[in-house]
Amino acid sequence: MSEPGFSHDRDVETGVAPLAPREFLRWTWRQLTSMRTALILLFLLALGAVPGSVIPQDAVDALKSAQWREAHPSLTPIWEKLGLFHVYSSVWFTAIYILLMVSLVGCILPRTRVYFKAMRARPPRTPRNLTRLPEYRTFTTDQEPDVVLARARAALSGYRIDDHDGSLAAERGYLREAGNLVFHISVLIVLVGFATGSLFGYKGGVIVVTGGQFANVASQYDEFAPGSLFNIKNLAPFSFKITDFDVTFITQGREAGMAQDFSAGVDYRTGVDGALRHTRIAVNHPLSIDGAKVYLIGHGYAPNVTVRDADGTIAYSGPVVFTPEDATFRSTGVIKVPDARPSQLGFRGEFYPTYAFTMATGPFSAFPDDKNPALSMLVYAGNLGMDSGIPQSVYALDMKGLKPVRKDNKAMRVDLTLGQTVTLPNGLGSVTFDGVSRFVKLQVSHNPSGWVALLGMIMALIGLLGSLFIKPRRVWVAVRREGGRTLVDVAGLDRSSGGTLPEQIDALAAHLEENEA
Amino acid sequence: MSHSHFELVSNQAIAVCGTFYFLALLAHLAEWALGRTVPLDAVSATTFSEAVAGGGTDTLVAVEESTERMERWGRIGVILTVVAAGMQFVAVASRGLAADPIRVPWGNMYEFTMTGTLVVTLVYLGLYRKYKLSWLSPVVTGFVLITLMADVLLLYTPVVPLRDALQSPWLIIHVVAAITATGAFTIGGMASILYLVKERWLERQAAGKETSAKAGYLARLPGLVELDRLAYRTHAFAFPVWTFAALIAGPIWAQSAWGRYWGWDPKEVWAFITWVVYAAYLHARATAGWKGRAAAIIALIGLATLWFNFIGINFFFGSGSMHSYA
Repeated sequence: MSEPGFSHDRDVETGVAPLAPREFLRWTWRQLTSMRTALILLFLLALGAVPGSVIPQDAVDALKSAQWREAHPSLTPIWEKLGLFHVYSSVWFTAIYILLMVSLVGCILPRTRVYFKAMRARPPRTPRNLTRLPEYRTFTTDQEPDVVLARARAALSGYRIDDHDGSLAAERGYLREAGNLVFHISVLIVLVGFATGSLFGYKGGVIVVTGGQFANVASQYDEFAPGSLFNIKNLAPFSFKITDFDVTFITQGREAGMAQDFSAGVDYRTGVDGALRHTRIAVNHPLSIDGAKVYLIGHGYAPNVTVRDADGTIAYSGPVVFTPEDATFRSTGVIKVPDARPSQLGFRGEFYPTYAFTMATGPFSAFPDDKNPALSMLVYAGNLGMDSGIPQSVYALDMKGLKPVRKDNKAMRVDLTLGQTVTLPNGLGSVTFDGVSRFVKLQVSHNPSGWVALLGMIMALIGLLGSLFIKPRRVWVAVRREGGRTLVDVAGLDRSSGGTLPEQIDALAAHLEENEA
Repeated sequence: MSHSHFELVSNQAIAVCGTFYFLALLAHLAEWALGRTVPLDAVSATTFSEAVAGGGTDTLVAVEESTERMERWGRIGVILTVVAAGMQFVAVASRGLAADPIRVPWGNMYEFTMTGTLVVTLVYLGLYRKYKLSWLSPVVTGFVLITLMADVLLLYTPVVPLRDALQSPWLIIHVVAAITATGAFTIGGMASILYLVKERWLERQAAGKETSAKAGYLARLPGLVELDRLAYRTHAFAFPVWTFAALIAGPIWAQSAWGRYWGWDPKEVWAFITWVVYAAYLHARATAGWKGRAAAIIALIGLATLWFNFIGINFFFGSGSMHSYA
């Protein structure tokens, strides 16, 4: 009972389930709230969490789990049935922690009741036979019995003390059990905070090219994950513009190529007509706005491209986001030009911020900064399939209606350096590489109950410290006259393990024995 | 000294420190080898004459000599360990001074492991007197030596500035707490291993399968109660520290760096698993039928998940974890 944890005194009651319904219910409850069951559930919880770290999770990295599914076509349906792509919201994982919570409540309730009584209880009367206790000392002294008891009383500061005839009973450490209960209740609070956060909050990701604007409505997000009880009408009506993006790459020495620090300038407005304010956001320095937070979580390049028809009409002009593939910011992307005539055009290829080439490696990016930007893309003509009504990824071409544009009997590749224009064959028009913009990847999240989880966790820690380090202990001192001297018995009982009772009792006995004069 | 000089100093200090740990290990092995000729109750010089009262003067002198030699080698081992820990501190500190701008020396796995083993040594040295830990010496020096060797051979990384996500005051708070807990859990785990070994040895002796070696290493280990108590105390210290590191400081930092306080990243998942297993250990210790042996085994499972999380995650899920630098 004294260790952190559940009451385990009823573990002795095992046996076969009784058949009468009421008895059966009681039996089930006892089994469920027994310490052994709690231990097994804890192990199941630990074991159940493992697959979520091995198999890519939809909620953690959707792209990765999609790739995994593609690579393992035969396992995927089985894994899906078992909920292994969303372990932490799967039926079986939920079942484990709900059972654990039930077991926890079943432990907290009776113990709280017991504790409320025990909290006000007086120390137990001095046992008749103190020699039977785990620690026992005895000595004789010339001091008067009352003096010894008074000194014992003074020495036992912090104890709750009861005087009896010729002895005193002392107890301390009542708060250990309180700490224990606080810890277990706090675990429930953390869970409530965690659950409500995911029910009433939202999280969204958006890529914004510098100079671009964002308004906080669901349709502006690239990915948007509202909690199941979050009403998207309640999105706070803030808006912002990314004014610029600053990054310094180390150019010298071994760390060359590492981004030293990067930050984005933001002009933002809280509400529809709030004042326009400016700030900078960086990793570890998000922007707090209308109860939401805007995090800078990534960056990359968006080359500016202009595509013209054969007669010079602009079919497309603007920045196109290319996603970085490695630390040198070699990036891949596609350009879709549905307005091109005579046929729609699609480009797919790579962007190199600092273009370099060797025969061995082919084209690559030698440095992450845009020192010598270049584009290298294959060209496709035909039908982009954007009118079919099926939503398309902006990072992939639907190849069904497209054919590679050929030149000199080879699939044509346009290689562009900054400012360069390449004319496409067969009167398809031309493509120009005008410049380079940067984009930032932002995450907007709103978690109304994060503080509940944090508060719960801090309470849990405080409770835990109490339950581990407060040492409940009982001490008795008995005195009687014998042959003109005073015989003193000192005895102690530790109600938790790992204590230093023998030393304490030694010290108390020595202190009492030592004559004050 | 310039920054690159400090890096050189760190590399040399770690080599010297490894040598001292090796010498310390040898000294402690010598201590225990010599111990075989010393009767169990003769180690403390005060009770010594009674212990050999039955023998003649010759035995008395011989025992006295070997007792002294045993204790001397023990002292030499501890002194060598103190020197090694000093060198290791120099190595850790100069890693931080080697970076430009200077930073805390916790930017990558190499540095975490170096600091973690230093904490193990410091916890051991700090508790040495109070708990009479001479029996733990060969285990600690051996463990730290092997871990440092693996660290230098497999995990070495040149000094680079901190990544942007690491540039936060929470780095110090989160990492110091995590490393401290790891060090204490490791010492606790050693006590649990020795608990299991000793328990089995006692059982086999009782069953008559083992001839009772009178003065070997196992005979000199503290009793099961003391081993269990040391294990419990170190775990009871480490568990709240781990709770703070993994479930309070970590989430607060993750909230400001990644925009969510808990995201089931592999490192987070395994930190949670470790926490759950050690919670089970604390419960098991208080449960009839789980005390002692079962609790010790649970503590070792916890230690395995802890070290797997510390090193294994990076090898198996390196690219998939946002903690890939840790």
